[in-house]
Amino acid sequence: MKQLLILSGKGGTGKTTIASALIKLAKAKMYADCDVDAPNLHLLMNKNTNPLCSEYYGMPKAVIDSGLCLRCDVCRQNCRFEAISLKENYLVDTYSCEGCGVCEALCPVSAISLKLNVAGELMLYKDESIFSTACLKMGSGNSGKLVSEVKKQLLLNKVDTDIVIVDGSPGIGCPVIASLSGANMVLIVAEPSLSGINDMERIIKTAKQFDSKVAVCINKYDTNIANSNKIEAFCEDSSIPFLGKIPFDNKAVIAINHNLSVVDVDCAAGRAIKSLFEKALEILP
Amino acid sequence: MATKKIKIAVLSGKGGTGKTFLSVNLASVTQNSVYIDCDVEEPNGHLFFKPQNLQTENVTVKVPFVDPARCTGCRKCVEFCKFNALAYIQGKWMLFDEICHSCGGCVLFCPEKALTEKNRIIGSVQKGVSEDITVMSGILKIGESSGIPIINKLLHMAQDMDENIFIDCPPGSACIVMESIKDADYCLLVAEPTLFGMHNLKLVYELISLFKKPHGVVLNKCIEAVNPSEEFCKAKKIRILAKIPFDKKLGELNSNALIVSRENMEYAQLFSALWQKIAEEVHNEAAFDSKR
Repeated sequence: MKQLLILSGKGGTGKTTIASALIKLAKAKMYADCDVDAPNLHLLMNKNTNPLCSEYYGMPKAVIDSGLCLRCDVCRQNCRFEAISLKENYLVDTYSCEGCGVCEALCPVSAISLKLNVAGELMLYKDESIFSTACLKMGSGNSGKLVSEVKKQLLLNKVDTDIVIVDGSPGIGCPVIASLSGANMVLIVAEPSLSGINDMERIIKTAKQFDSKVAVCINKYDTNIANSNKIEAFCEDSSIPFLGKIPFDNKAVIAINHNLSVVDVDCAAGRAIKSLFEKALEILP
Repeated sequence: MATKKIKIAVLSGKGGTGKTFLSVNLASVTQNSVYIDCDVEEPNGHLFFKPQNLQTENVTVKVPFVDPARCTGCRKCVEFCKFNALAYIQGKWMLFDEICHSCGGCVLFCPEKALTEKNRIIGSVQKGVSEDITVMSGILKIGESSGIPIINKLLHMAQDMDENIFIDCPPGSACIVMESIKDADYCLLVAEPTLFGMHNLKLVYELISLFKKPHGVVLNKCIEAVNPSEEFCKAKKIRILAKIPFDKKLGELNSNALIVSRENMEYAQLFSALWQKIAEEVHNEAAFDSKR
């Protein structure tokens, strides 16, 4: 069982489009969506069953009992996150509170306690395949922890499959770093823009810092051929496997708007992904 | 009396919909404005503006360190740390600094006063100019997990600037986005004409509704087909401020990190008109508020 993780650094380069196509091509029996900030993979997987849902608890949040509070101000003065303010009573801004517990420990009259806090929802689809996904509650932090939960939930429900496909999130921060663990290879979906190249270089450095093997493909390569050539040259210079380039294809947009993956319809983008999938199989360690 | 300056947050939920494209171009058509790139994990605005006279400043967070002579191995700090960033293994105090949230609890509660704090660099902020625009970017160091202190630093730097400010937000709807929009007068949402775009627009719309911020939508990359994002806006009665067509030439300029409103009159007009609409809406809102 090998785990292939799809990342991109820059958002909107086509991670989910490509992940959904690879799931179909690989006939993957296990897959996950780790973009817990903006999950989309479920829109294309057309599950008829209802998922098993469970609540995800993030860090707890401080609550002040104003009946007990002496208004000594110690909590407010010591909160590094500026989460406590004095209006009529002392109040905790739950979005700023990181649940560190300093206020709770300092309060001389134990008026502060940390309360459990639901920060998202985990979903698990179990039918002929296992699909683990989640959605972070708006404005919540610690999405890296939820990403780890999504992967844990997937691996706890192991079935026999050659390949596990994991759709990642944009950026290079905690959710991305959390998704890297356990991946046998990271497929980076690059976009032929100067922004895309800049972001690709940052995500490659991030993945390498955590000793992940990376490979690159270009999506919408024909929207800027000169930049696509730069990406190919970069990969060659850095000895990064280059798996192929996918053309811009209106049919791909239309397929997705009909909840279909690009390989469900006959189109140029779908054919290009098929060929890059074969190459990915060859080098997957 | 001079009109009040406006702070606009540009956000989208989904990545790659055109946040940087929109905020860079809006800033370009607004005199003496300030552009702030809060997408600190993958900042790109500077590629467009190519700012000059760059000043760089490191952003640090506080992390504890131990005086081994004082530490008795009581583990009070380890037990206190809710983030599991501390350990005491085989007679040695250890910190996992990427996980530390800098709450300061361990230092406060060490009975031996064996812990003090030092600064740890997690990234930097850069400030420069491009024509009459002030350009500020935050850059998270590779391998670091949270850019929130960098965003806070950027917003703090902008606090006393009496100019129109355009905040280019990170994707998503997590806490990092909330930090970016907290002080904004107006939220500009950018959406793609896809099912993905609509789904993520919905998430970010819920986020700004929570803050009750005035807002409007720009539909980007529109093609001659059904636009799920447009349907969502109509159903929710969200104001659509502009529809920008999918245009190969525009895409090419943008992919070469050129500012289209500096290259092409037509786009300069489109963005000026968009800016006018937003400014009017914010000022009307303010007038309405002052009457209440």
